[in-house]
Amino acid sequence: MSNYLGNYSLYIALIASVYLIFKSYLDANSDNKYLDKNFILITSIQTIMIMVSFFSLVAAFVISDFSNETVFNNSHTLKPLFYKVSGTWGNHEGSLLLWLLVLSIFLFIFLLNSRSQDTKYKLLTILFQQIIITGFLVFILLTSNPFKMLYPIPSEGLGLNPILQDPALAIHPPILYLGYVGTSIIFSASLASMISGNIGDKWARHIKNWVLVSWVFLTIGILLGSIWAYYELGWGGFWFWDPVENVSLMPWFCLTALLHTVIVLQKRNSFKEWTIILSITTFSLSMSGTFLVRSGILNSIHTFANDPSRGLYILSFLFILILMSILIFFFNQNKISNTAKENFILSKETAILVNNWFMMFFLSVVLVGTIYPIFLEVLNGSKISVGPPFYHNLLIPFLIPFLIFMSFGPSLKWIKDKLKKFNYNILIIFLVSLLISYVILTKTENSFLLSIPLIVLSIYLLLVTIKDFFVSKSSISQKISHFGFSLLITSILLNGLFSNEFNSNMKVGDERIFNEKVVKLKEVSVTDVDNYKSLKASFEVTNKNSSFALYPEVRIYQQPLTITSEADIKTTLFSDNFLVFNILKDDGYYNVRYQYKPLMIWIWISTIFIGFGGLLSVIRKNEQKY
Amino acid sequence: MSKNIKFLGLLLTLIIFFIILLKGLNISKDYSNEKLKSKIDFSLNAKKLFSDEIINISDLFDKNSPSVVNIWASWCAPCREEHQFLMKLKDMNINIIGINYKDSPKNAKNFLSSLGNPYSEVITDNDGTKSIEFGAIGVPETFIISGKTNEIIKKYIGPLTSDNLIEIKNLLKKNA
Repeated sequence: MSNYLGNYSLYIALIASVYLIFKSYLDANSDNKYLDKNFILITSIQTIMIMVSFFSLVAAFVISDFSNETVFNNSHTLKPLFYKVSGTWGNHEGSLLLWLLVLSIFLFIFLLNSRSQDTKYKLLTILFQQIIITGFLVFILLTSNPFKMLYPIPSEGLGLNPILQDPALAIHPPILYLGYVGTSIIFSASLASMISGNIGDKWARHIKNWVLVSWVFLTIGILLGSIWAYYELGWGGFWFWDPVENVSLMPWFCLTALLHTVIVLQKRNSFKEWTIILSITTFSLSMSGTFLVRSGILNSIHTFANDPSRGLYILSFLFILILMSILIFFFNQNKISNTAKENFILSKETAILVNNWFMMFFLSVVLVGTIYPIFLEVLNGSKISVGPPFYHNLLIPFLIPFLIFMSFGPSLKWIKDKLKKFNYNILIIFLVSLLISYVILTKTENSFLLSIPLIVLSIYLLLVTIKDFFVSKSSISQKISHFGFSLLITSILLNGLFSNEFNSNMKVGDERIFNEKVVKLKEVSVTDVDNYKSLKASFEVTNKNSSFALYPEVRIYQQPLTITSEADIKTTLFSDNFLVFNILKDDGYYNVRYQYKPLMIWIWISTIFIGFGGLLSVIRKNEQKY
Repeated sequence: MSKNIKFLGLLLTLIIFFIILLKGLNISKDYSNEKLKSKIDFSLNAKKLFSDEIINISDLFDKNSPSVVNIWASWCAPCREEHQFLMKLKDMNINIIGINYKDSPKNAKNFLSSLGNPYSEVITDNDGTKSIEFGAIGVPETFIISGKTNEIIKKYIGPLTSDNLIEIKNLLKKNA
């Protein structure tokens, strides 16, 4: 029943799309002053139909309706309800349906939110957004229909990958998609404004909200993915430069650049073309991310589907969209009124431009690392491996100028700033950060020359961003985000410098001494839980004057047979103690990995600061309007 | 005029990207459906991890039966995960040759002494070139290679799972 409902509502949504494409195209070429009421009506019908379709898939997962192939492949009656629901988007078909749902909801919100904008601009935005929606609808119906029926109806499903049964991962895809899909509105809107010729400060104010919203969701989505990797994969790291992680990072760099450029457009009415190029690039990168992940062209631990017909479809669709945007850009370039103003070297505009260069550099490095292996393999059949060393070697040295730049760039004035008299505050802050770095660096044996300027500068930037809270006149949201960023860099650097670990095989009763700590394995108990067998170990870590217990776990799932290690992590404000164990053979030994990771929690907290700054900006902006 | 050149340049780049990604789509398909059977160059020389002795790769392989080649590194977290399965393969008396990828010998030896050594022989690959000769794109990767024809019978990208064990056992039996 829910299969038919879900399937047919998608067809109705497709009909609505086709209608809206024609109607908006015709209306955009006429001189209508007002937006036809039908647009809001039909768009809401379409949104409701896609919602019906999505929730009938959720319902099929909840009641374990195995006549549905997607449910059969990805669910199981023994699974907890929460993971049955999140199983809806934990697979290829369901996640595309979620993409589609967010696409249509965002267009609906856009229509409600842009009453004051020019009619032609609104019509064109609807047109481009509907082209994207149609593309996804046809893709789902042709190659990845989530409502395929099975007969005879199987009595039990194949289960969800247990590694995906984690609360952070259950909400990670929806949040990330909100970010990705938000960029589609920016894309459609910037193409529309290109044709209708309304790019300027007014448009910038209007689109900035969408940029901020997408950016906040993307930031939080990446954070959740990284938290998942840290807690669930049990490798003790939070970023692995895996291609699938990279494809979420690339739109983030681009969106961060756009976020800053839009401000220039709003305040100074310049950087018009660059804003449009960044909007197009951001969305293309989000779409390429979908292509790279969903087509199976990448070989990654995360690879989900491996179906070339899907890859071919997304690839063609992606290139049609890019081609369309290039054509629109070149044929409407002359409509951009070039209010070229003189740019001075020492000004906020230049500072933002430099920020953009850095973002583009970081983006290029990640892009090359991600797709170059594919290119090389096609061109001469040779295969190369790109791992963390590539990214670290190329990115870390460039952090030095970036940090220096970020410490003064944001406080420059618009138009033209003067070289001030020598500022003693700055000198004091710099000396303090030198002192702190000296104390920190004497405590580590790891003394690469590169780590000295990095630590000094990151602490200096941190102190400067704290100082800005009291001195600078810039907006509070910017201060919070910049403070969060400097905290993030500092935490990552110190975490990398001071992390240490040991790895050993232990029996029940064994003790290991490590960095003045005693780690003891007290016992291992076996219990049966819902859908897996659990081996829980009890460890005691004794420091000089305190001790605490850690209980890592190994889970043995039956459907499908998978063994996962759940690390136990004791988190304090200063450090994480991370312990994970694995079953070896049946001779009573366990492989134990203990890691000491300082400031881990600050990596998460600082990212939340970054996102919170953006969120605050959205809220404050909306308050100003009313 | 310069606008047209920019436009054409962009268009050309786009077309090149499209063609390459399209081709890439077809290549990656080959990994999964076992059609790709390239050969390994057996004339390569390599250094052993434990004895520092330089040997010819062909000496490592049993001419009459297929061998398993596993590319690993002590810094690679998924390698740790799959290690238990390699130990199981060793218990089934399967010949596993290890290629230690971009690793320090000290760490590599520690890794094997604490987790167990599933390999009949480990060769070092300091600069990653040996692994490239095998067609690896990362660690861990596992190959099943025929000793007779030096062809790659099967390639696993990423850590082995318990399902792969049975498959490997069957493949070895079939090709023996």
